[in-house]
Amino acid sequence: MTILKRGLSRRRVLQTGMAGIIGSGVAPLVFTKGAWAQEFCNNPTGDTVVFGLNLPLTGTYAEEGADEQKAYELAIAHLNGEGDGGLLNVLQPSALKGNGILGKKVTYVSSDSQTKSDVARAGATRMIERDGAIMITGGSSSGEAIAVQGLCQEMGVIFMAGLTHSNDTTGKDKRRYGFRHFFNAYQSGIGLAPVLGDAYGKDRRAYHLTADYTWGWTQEESIKNATEGLGWETVAAVRTPLGATDYSQYLTPILNSGADVLILNHYGLDMVNSLTQAVQFGMRDRQANGKDFQIVTPLISELMAKGAGESVKGIFGTSNWHWNLQDPGSIAFTKSFGAKYGSPPSQAAHTAYVQALLYADAVERAGTFYPPEVIKALEGFEFDGMGNGPTVYRADDHQCIKSVLVVQGNESPTSEFDVLNVFQEIDRDTVAYDPAIFGGELGEAEPVPMCA
Amino acid sequence: MPKFMSRNDLLLFAGFSLVVLAMPIWLAPFGAGYPDLLQRFMIFGIFAVGFNILFGLTGYLSFGHAAFFGVGSYAAVWSFKLLTLDAIPAMIFAVVISGLFALVIGFLCLRRSGIYFSILTLAFAQMSYNLAYSVLTPITNGETGLQLTLNDPRVLDAAVGQGFVGQPVPNLLGQQLSGYAGFYFCASFLILGFFIAQRIAGSPFGMMLKAIKSNQTRMQFTGFNTRPYALSAFVISGMYAGLAGALLAVTDPLAGAERMQWTASGEVVLMTILGGVGTLVGPVIGAWIIKYFENILSALNDNILARFWSFLPEGVADVLVKVTSKFVGDGWHLTLGLAFVIVVIFLPGGIMEGVRRVAALFRRSGSSGAKTAPQTQPAE
Repeated sequence: MTILKRGLSRRRVLQTGMAGIIGSGVAPLVFTKGAWAQEFCNNPTGDTVVFGLNLPLTGTYAEEGADEQKAYELAIAHLNGEGDGGLLNVLQPSALKGNGILGKKVTYVSSDSQTKSDVARAGATRMIERDGAIMITGGSSSGEAIAVQGLCQEMGVIFMAGLTHSNDTTGKDKRRYGFRHFFNAYQSGIGLAPVLGDAYGKDRRAYHLTADYTWGWTQEESIKNATEGLGWETVAAVRTPLGATDYSQYLTPILNSGADVLILNHYGLDMVNSLTQAVQFGMRDRQANGKDFQIVTPLISELMAKGAGESVKGIFGTSNWHWNLQDPGSIAFTKSFGAKYGSPPSQAAHTAYVQALLYADAVERAGTFYPPEVIKALEGFEFDGMGNGPTVYRADDHQCIKSVLVVQGNESPTSEFDVLNVFQEIDRDTVAYDPAIFGGELGEAEPVPMCA
Repeated sequence: MPKFMSRNDLLLFAGFSLVVLAMPIWLAPFGAGYPDLLQRFMIFGIFAVGFNILFGLTGYLSFGHAAFFGVGSYAAVWSFKLLTLDAIPAMIFAVVISGLFALVIGFLCLRRSGIYFSILTLAFAQMSYNLAYSVLTPITNGETGLQLTLNDPRVLDAAVGQGFVGQPVPNLLGQQLSGYAGFYFCASFLILGFFIAQRIAGSPFGMMLKAIKSNQTRMQFTGFNTRPYALSAFVISGMYAGLAGALLAVTDPLAGAERMQWTASGEVVLMTILGGVGTLVGPVIGAWIIKYFENILSALNDNILARFWSFLPEGVADVLVKVTSKFVGDGWHLTLGLAFVIVVIFLPGGIMEGVRRVAALFRRSGSSGAKTAPQTQPAE
């Protein structure tokens, strides 16, 4: 009864009534696409614009999620002209003015994706439907990224992927509304294999432990292909469930498998656990086939290296970015992140920050929030100054092509953050590849789907 | 059979339908009036109604119902991929498959009762979950989840020459099912499901189920073979779960293995107990409350709390933000746990018992003829 006392807003009555009509299928032809000519999902009409941050704050990748959140808060402050401006000053070319986006102040809503695809999708839907998010960003798992990317394509909302390293994100499962700044497993393979060949020789026998989902599968495949190209042999590739804590059952068989290299296709807490336990098993002190047993972690970040502590010393891996790079972009970002939070940013934080800025910049250049125009502005965009050297947002698969870092665990760290050394920087022409090799279809940007 | 439905039943059904259909209006002030959450309210309502047929009526506590929910989702998504994007075939397919699955599992599990039955169902559900993650990844796509893509075969759609631009989404006879349309679609199934549950509870068959719950041995001694009845209840409730799973896939065409995990099975048990075991409306209310907590409390963060407490002096506000932040955001399970403990201790019959007590209080204090439909009150 309270409803009637409060009174119904006209809009609510119309909305509900209309939905009822559509729902019952009485008048499915009331809406035609033409009626919405310049309308699109969550067209910001006020003086603010909302970003939807979909972050894993619990679960296996929680630490990355927390770091991404800090980066987004920093990026939003910088976009609104607060703080020291960060990378706004070094992005080349840049249309950003430091007064929000198209004069609208940037705000955000967030959702905990729990490192689960289902939950990530529900969170994204809520932020789009209820909170009016114009763009969804974040995520630290490729499973999440691919799930949310599909949803965003359905809803007609742009998705700027956070940390996702699976080949599928911009390969088999690429979408017109999804964009990825982070590098992928295939590029890790191209970058890492020559270094491994030099350091460990050409006749090694590798044993893979792989996180059992899209990212693990594609990384295993890419690293397997790259190392087999060197002349290595793959003894076995064993899948482990995401979020496992005890790896002893997977580590014991390695001892008698005849392998002399262990490749850990794990990330986040999984990697911290599996690497630490492998070292505790005495793997790194072993001899196998007359050689020193080695461990390789194809994708590694400062957060994980910090978590693994001693175990990570001397181990090779690849990274998207490192805070100790000496270009103006990296220096500026590390300085402004460090000043605010008291620790250097991780690669997850970096990619999150850059994605937020790139979206804002594309909207400024397009002069509108209309997604198909923003997509056009991002496709084929050449830029520099964000810490990865000259970079291009490739139009064919929405993958950023830029240089990749091969990193090695620091043998003698000078501080708790100084845990990885940049071993080699692989330039972007070497890690570029033909987008056709992974198949997949972007789909169309128009007609723009209308979210509810 | 004197009448089709008693007056009370009709009133209950009409009241329930009204409350459900008006949800977008009365839930808006609570921040829950958006389609995605409303759809979830409907879907998990169906799941809980179905579960209650087994747990509430028959007295068999299944700890593995999420398996049927997941099977329904996977079946529906496969129907979208292979046959057509229309929702109806997908739902029929999902209900049939999950019914068959329930028949097999039920046949095996119902050899035991009580705690052994619960453990058996839990084991089977956990087995399905692990299979979905490992051996069955070609069918389930594991952790990544099963999704629709542009180059799925969709033979029926292809046969009528229907092409697609952009992301394929399920529809109903060409009408898209996103947003409020999706809500009303799910709502019609919840109302239908509720009606069927109501009819089952009032039928001779329902009487058999209740008799199994009160004393199975006595039933057997009077010459009834109880197994077919229990098995039917198990299959029916499995089909309800499959229907709910299919609807979740219709409104959001992605099937992930997490929805088959034991926590999901536990959730539906919580829903039923929180709302009131054995009552018709209780489980639905329990489902709504849990989904509301999950979606609304988990979205609150420190900033929102700081704004909420900002009327207090700074020091006090800071402390309150610190304390309350433990109960929202990723700590929402703590709030749910507390609420659950309080309900179980003080209202063993769930929220519906609370409603009955309040109603009794009113009746005693003299306001006669208070025939308000009981279910309008508690969901708020």
